[in-house]
Amino acid sequence: MTWSDIVLASLKENKVGFAAYVPDNILTPLIKGVTADADFVAVGGTREDEAVGAASGAYMAGMRAVAMMQTSGFALIANALGSLVVPYQIPVILIISERGVMGEFNIGQTLVARTVRPTLKALGITHHTLTDLSTLHFVLDQSIKQAFTTRAPVAFILSPLLSGGNPAARAQLI
Amino acid sequence: MSNDRASMQILNRTALTRLLVQRLKHDEAVVAGLGNTNADLIAAGHRPQNFYMLGSMGLACPIALGVALAQPKRGVIALEGDGSILMGLGCLATIGNVRPRNLTIVIWDNGIYQITGKQAAATSGATDIVAVARGAGIEQSHWVRDAAHFETLIDRRFDDGGPLLLAVKIDDLPGKGPSARDPVLIRESFMRGLGSGGGKLDL
Repeated sequence: MTWSDIVLASLKENKVGFAAYVPDNILTPLIKGVTADADFVAVGGTREDEAVGAASGAYMAGMRAVAMMQTSGFALIANALGSLVVPYQIPVILIISERGVMGEFNIGQTLVARTVRPTLKALGITHHTLTDLSTLHFVLDQSIKQAFTTRAPVAFILSPLLSGGNPAARAQLI
Repeated sequence: MSNDRASMQILNRTALTRLLVQRLKHDEAVVAGLGNTNADLIAAGHRPQNFYMLGSMGLACPIALGVALAQPKRGVIALEGDGSILMGLGCLATIGNVRPRNLTIVIWDNGIYQITGKQAAATSGATDIVAVARGAGIEQSHWVRDAAHFETLIDRRFDDGGPLLLAVKIDDLPGKGPSARDPVLIRESFMRGLGSGGGKLDL
């Protein structure tokens, strides 16, 4: 199974049925997966805080929910996390594809990517950087269960070590 | 017509929120934006199907969209201020494309950022929220002419026939209710109200 197959399977096994996302290259197989699968209600948002809001609403109405975005989009959601998800104890699953590291050509991406982990840390949101196919299912499955059991959000950062990175973002020396 | 907005009667949010809540007979979910919008929802009488936002300005409609999609048989209403909806106009495009039949949006438009010092909002100038919403794909977007027109527009079932957006020109009077303060209690109460869990000691 590919990394994206394992992510989709882990969501489904844990009855995560609502997926809100903002498009991203690395996330393409996940977005295709959730939009094609009748087990998911999938909504593409125009901004990442909108996706987090929709996922929060869906959770409160009885559907386990995931919000998917790129690192640069994560930088838009500090307010949604700090004044909605965390204080209301809404266990939204966040999947963040990591740009800005390991061969990124775009300096804007490298800088904004550095805000992700400090923001998660400041808000006390558990996060795991996913790098390894062999432990991927265990980390996802157990952490998703923990999130819903303890009503706490969890963030998974998809490292290029796992995803192979975005070929369109690759730095090249001429 | 949306280009008639200058001729709309100036109404009062407290009174209209009360009218709306009195109309709710089927445990409709109501998601209220922060500040005066949710103060007036509380003033109309707390219901377990109410969700009160304490922050995340601009997310009342996205939250309501999530509720509407997760519970397609329940009517869902988002109450939002003009300044708040201006923060996230993109959600109107999402809603205009997803087209949830059970979602109604009410925009309280006083043209100002009332609780931060009454600074002018874009809606006091060139920006017409009904025109924006129609352009975003929510064809059933209407300016409310007066209180009787509001009553006519909400005399409907909320679980079907949407999405619908009503924009109301309102005065600058503050909300009348207290503020809800405890986010965990708000969520627990809302989830119980929607029959989706919450708030039971497992003993």
